[in-house]
Amino acid sequence: MTLLQIQNLDLSILGLKILSDVRFEVDRGEVVAVIGESGSGKSMTALAVMQLLPHGTDVNGSIRLDGEELLTKTEKQMCGVRGVDVGMVFQEPMTALNPVKTIGEQVAETVMIHTGASRAEALSVARETLSRVGLPEDRFPLTRYPHELSGGQRQRVVIAMAIALRPKLLIADEPTTALDVTTQAQIMALLKRLVDEDGMGLMLITHDLAVVADIADRIVIMKSGEVVEAGPAVQLFRSMQHPYSKALMAATSHHPVRKSPEVALHAVPVLEVRSVVREYALPRTSLFAKPGAFRAVDEVSLKIHKGENVGLVGESGCGKSTLTRAILALEGTQAGEIRVGGELVTTKAGASAAARRKMQVVFQDPYGSFNPRHKVRRLVTEPFYLMGREAPTGDALELRIAEALENVGLSSRDADKYIHEFSGGQRQRVAIARALITHPSLIILDEAVSALDVSIRAQILDLLADLSDRLDLSYLFISHDLSVVRAITDRVMVMKAGKIVETGETEAVFSNPQHEYTRQLLAATPDLEAALKRREIAAA
Amino acid sequence: MRAGGNASGPSRSLEPMAPYLLKRVISLVLSLLAASVVIFVVLQVVPGDPASYMLGMNAQPETVEALRQQMGLNDPIVWRYLSWVAGLTHGDFGVSYTYKVPTGELIAQRLWVSLPLALYALFLSTIIALPIGIISAAKRNSAADYGIMGVTQLGIAVPNFWFAMLLVLLFSITLRWFSAGGFPGWNAGFFVAMKALTLPAIALALPQASILARVMRSSLLDTLSEDYIRTARAKGLSRGQTLVRHAVRNAMIPVLTILGLQFSFLLAGAIIIENVFYLPGLGRLVFQGITQRDLIVVQSVVMLLVFAVILVTFLVDIAYAMVDPRLRGRA
Repeated sequence: MTLLQIQNLDLSILGLKILSDVRFEVDRGEVVAVIGESGSGKSMTALAVMQLLPHGTDVNGSIRLDGEELLTKTEKQMCGVRGVDVGMVFQEPMTALNPVKTIGEQVAETVMIHTGASRAEALSVARETLSRVGLPEDRFPLTRYPHELSGGQRQRVVIAMAIALRPKLLIADEPTTALDVTTQAQIMALLKRLVDEDGMGLMLITHDLAVVADIADRIVIMKSGEVVEAGPAVQLFRSMQHPYSKALMAATSHHPVRKSPEVALHAVPVLEVRSVVREYALPRTSLFAKPGAFRAVDEVSLKIHKGENVGLVGESGCGKSTLTRAILALEGTQAGEIRVGGELVTTKAGASAAARRKMQVVFQDPYGSFNPRHKVRRLVTEPFYLMGREAPTGDALELRIAEALENVGLSSRDADKYIHEFSGGQRQRVAIARALITHPSLIILDEAVSALDVSIRAQILDLLADLSDRLDLSYLFISHDLSVVRAITDRVMVMKAGKIVETGETEAVFSNPQHEYTRQLLAATPDLEAALKRREIAAA
Repeated sequence: MRAGGNASGPSRSLEPMAPYLLKRVISLVLSLLAASVVIFVVLQVVPGDPASYMLGMNAQPETVEALRQQMGLNDPIVWRYLSWVAGLTHGDFGVSYTYKVPTGELIAQRLWVSLPLALYALFLSTIIALPIGIISAAKRNSAADYGIMGVTQLGIAVPNFWFAMLLVLLFSITLRWFSAGGFPGWNAGFFVAMKALTLPAIALALPQASILARVMRSSLLDTLSEDYIRTARAKGLSRGQTLVRHAVRNAMIPVLTILGLQFSFLLAGAIIIENVFYLPGLGRLVFQGITQRDLIVVQSVVMLLVFAVILVTFLVDIAYAMVDPRLRGRA
C-alpha cells in the first residue's frame, strides 16, 4: 500500500479554484519533490494533507495516509495525526519557532501532547532527537532560545520537532529557500539521512529544480493548481514532455545573451572602493572594559569600470550588505574612501548628492520597497530629489517617466497606477525604472532577483542584460545565488568574514576557483546537470 | 505566566538577566534623581518665595518670616534640596502647614486607602479583561466577539464617575448591599474595609478593563498570525492548546505596558471616584493640599507618585524580560 495517496483533489477558497484534480503518491522511504512557481498550489496541497487550511476552504477528492482517508477525519482526529503520522517543516526558520520557549521545551512538546510522556521523558526524547538532527546537547543545550541560534540551526530544531515521534510522512515546504547555499546543502543531506534511517516518506516542496536533483526519487511538477507532469526524477529531467516543464527547466539555467562589454580600463572607474573598514561596537563585557569592535567590512578595495557587470557573492553575515550600505552612503565607514565617478560618496558635509545621483539601487523585496499609497509616477521620480533644482519638471519630467517605464518594458500609461496593481515581476520592473530615471552610471542590485520565480527571474535577467548593453550601465550584482551571478556578471568577487578572498573573471573563478572558500561555495551550489550526471553514473 | 523556561528553573533564567537588571536599576535611580530636581525646582524655586505664596497676599511680614525660618527657606537652594532629599530617604517629608502634622504620617494614612483601592481595581480589571480579550480573539468575528467589543466600547465611553453614581443608585440605594460612601478604616476588619472599597474599585476598573481587553484581543490576533502558531498546529496542538501554550505569553508585552500605565493612573487619578465615595485617599489629599496652598504636602505627594510610577515602570521592565528571553541580554 502506498504511504500517501492523493487522488482527484479539488480545492477552492471562497469559491476561487486553487487546486483541480491533483493526484500523486509518496511511498515509504521515498523522496517526492513537488515543484512549481508561486501560485501553483504546491503549498496548498501540503496544507490539505495536514488539514490546516484557511477558513472558507472547500476540499473534495481523497487524501489517504496508509490507507486511511484524511479528508473525513474530524479536527480532533487530525490533531492525533499531525506530529504523529505526519510532520511538517516550513520555509521560514527565523519565525517558525516560538521566541519565548526554549528549544528543548518546543521539541519535547510534540512528545508530551501525543504520548502523555512525563516532562523528563519528553525532554530525553527531545535531547536524543536534537542530537540526531545535528544539535548535540554539549554544544546546544536544551535551554537555548531560538534567537541564540542561526537560521540553519533553527531549521534543524523545526525538523527535530517534526520527526520527534518518527512520523511516516514528512512534508518540507521550501525548507532551504531562506538559507545560504552551504547550509542548504547540509539541511538537504540531513533530510535525506532521516528518510533513509526512518524509512519515512518525504514530500519536498520547492521552486528550485536544482535543489532536489540530487535526492528526489520522483518529481511532480505543478502549475496553476494542476499536476502537469510527474515521474521518476532522472527520467523526467531527461525526457520532459510538457511544454511548461521544459520552460521551467530552461528558465532555471537561463543565460541572458550579452554583448561583451567594452570596458574602459583607463577612464575614471564608475565605482572605486579603497581600503574601506566598517566596524560595529560590541557590547561591553564588563562595566569598565573598553567595548570591543566587530569588523563587518575589513579593508575592502574594489573597482568597477564603465559598462562592467561585477558580482559580489558570499553567505549571510559575510559583510556584503554592510559594504553595500557603505557604498550607498547609508552607513559611515571607519577608514578608506568610496568614490562614484570620481566623487567621494561621503564628504564632511554628509552624503554627497552629486555622487549619489550617479548610482541607484534595486532591492530584493518587490513588495516592501514601495509606498503602497503612492502612484508609480511618484515612486519612480523619487530619486529626483537628489538633483535639487536641476530636476526636470513639466513635459521634461513626463518624458523622463515615460522613458524609464518604456526602458523596463512597461508603458507610460502605467505611471498612474498603484503598485498593488502589478505582479511581482512587474514591480521589480518598476523598481528598475526608479533606478534608471536619474540616468545613473552604476546600479547596485542587492539580491534583486532572489525573491522572483524562475521564469520571471529569467525575464528580469534578460532585461538587465539588455539595459546594460544599451545604456552602458555598470552593475554591482550582490547575491547569494551563484548560478545567477554566473549568468549575468563579467567579473566576480567572493566575500568572506568582511574580506574579499577571491576576485577574477566570472568564468575563470567558477571553472577554476583558487580559494578554498570559493571551492566550498561552488561545491554546495546546486547544479542540475552535474547532479543528473552523478546519478546516471551511479545507476549505470 | 512563568519566569523563563521551567526546563531550566529560575536560576538559569535569571542569571543572564543580571546586566539587564543592573541597567534598569541605574535607570531607576537616575530617573528618581531627575524627577526630584524637577519637582523641587517647580515647587520651591519657580514660585519665588514659597512662604509668602503659601500664606497668601494679606499675610503679615512677621508670619512670613516665621514660616521661612520654619521651612528653612533662608538656606542656600542647593542645601535646601539636599536636606529635602536626605529627609526623603528616611521618610521625613516635613510638616504639613495646614494639618500641623508630619506629612509622612498624613501620606501613610491616605496611602492605606489609595494603594489597596488601586490594587483592587487593577486586580478586577485584569481578571475581567484578560479572559474576555482572549475569548474575543479566539472566537474572532463571532457573536461573542462583536458583543464583547461593543460592551468594551461602551466601557471606554462611559465616564467612570457617572458609572460610579449608577452603582451607588443600584447597590446602595435600591439593593442596600453596600454603603454609599466613606471608609471605616482597616481597624474595622479586612472584609469590612474591602467591602467599602468594592464599588469604587468596580467603577475604576470598568474603563481600564475595557481598554485592557481590547489590547489583549488585538495583540493576540497579531500573535495568532505568526509562523510559530502554524508550526504548533503542525505539531498536532489543537486551536485551544496553541492559544494557551504559544500565543498568550507572546501577546503579553503590549498588555504589560498598558497595565503599568493603568496602575500609575489608578494610584493618583482616582480623585473623582474618591470624591464620589468620600474616600480619604491620596487624590483628595493632593487636591486639598493645592486648594490650601500647602506646598509641603503637594511636593511630598507628587514625589511619592513619581516614585510609584518609576517603580512600576521598573517592574514592568522586569516582567518584559521574564516574558521575552530576547530582552534579557540587552537593555
